[in-house]
Amino acid sequence: MRRYAALEVIAGLLTQTDLVVSSTGMISRELFSIADSARSFYMMGSMGLASSIGLGVALSLPERRVVVLDGDGAVLMNIGSMTTIGHLAPANLLHIVLDNRAHDSTGGQPTATTTTRLEEIATAAGYPFSHRVATVDELRRAIGEAAGRGPAFILAEVERGGVEGIARVTHSPEDIKRRFRAAARGV
Amino acid sequence: MNATQFCDMLERHGLDFATGVPCSILKDIIHCLSSRRRMPYVGATREDEAIGIAAGAFLGGRSPVVLMQNSGLGSAINPLASLAIPYRIPLLMIVSWRGYEGNDAPEHLVMGRVTTRLLEDLGVDTYVMEADDPERSLSAALRSTEASSIPAAVLLRRGLVQ
Repeated sequence: MRRYAALEVIAGLLTQTDLVVSSTGMISRELFSIADSARSFYMMGSMGLASSIGLGVALSLPERRVVVLDGDGAVLMNIGSMTTIGHLAPANLLHIVLDNRAHDSTGGQPTATTTTRLEEIATAAGYPFSHRVATVDELRRAIGEAAGRGPAFILAEVERGGVEGIARVTHSPEDIKRRFRAAARGV
Repeated sequence: MNATQFCDMLERHGLDFATGVPCSILKDIIHCLSSRRRMPYVGATREDEAIGIAAGAFLGGRSPVVLMQNSGLGSAINPLASLAIPYRIPLLMIVSWRGYEGNDAPEHLVMGRVTTRLLEDLGVDTYVMEADDPERSLSAALRSTEASSIPAAVLLRRGLVQ
């Protein structure tokens, strides 16, 4: 499936109380283009830390579902985070990795997920729910099945390449923080 | 000052979420925090992860403190430079100071020498905790991080908190 199509499915299944932390680069830009929201924290730098930020939010607001949208290269940069999440086991965290098996926006260098199965690492780390999906229907079903079984992990196989000419996130980092924090505390 | 007094001081100043990576200088503080319900300690695998978790806790409405050894500052620089500072996320950092004045194991000497300069170059206000008035440096760091909305650091030498 295309990453954009996967993000459309995910965005369509978010509720008005869900909070999202999206990883550096194209994932944040495509999510912004599909459905900009104050409840999305678009991480621009600090590649690899989306799941750590999501963990901090999830631990602080246990009544809110927190969805982390990660990339394969990013997860591999901070693989220890999966062990921290599995260990602390916040039930309200859904960790989705959009895996194109490459550092696509920097020249397409292959990542270790061409051979490493991250969903098995998630299981070994202690995520009670972990699934690999390859189609939008499977993704939709897995998100449904993950409800109430967190921390949940979904590895979504996506194709390389994105939408041509996709816009950058136009909000300043400070605005992203301010509105996300207000949305996180507001409900 | 003992670790309980130190943790009481953090709580008194409104901090309610702790994360970090252990250091022998910080062990009693971390041990003490781990038993507190009001300020649970979340152990991270690396210092960059700890900055990320603390940033998330702040976004979730908490007032976080990050504990680390200065050797871990190297790992923390990217998330300070590309997350906490540009997004204006105020974090209190308690950084143990290995290699202070060159008295330590060889692997700590280089970072010990450049610790304050690294933090200052990032624009992170840095205060050294002194035995005669430990609260002064903490209060100053918290005033700084509240005023600037970026992290501020307190440096902790060996022997100050038992």
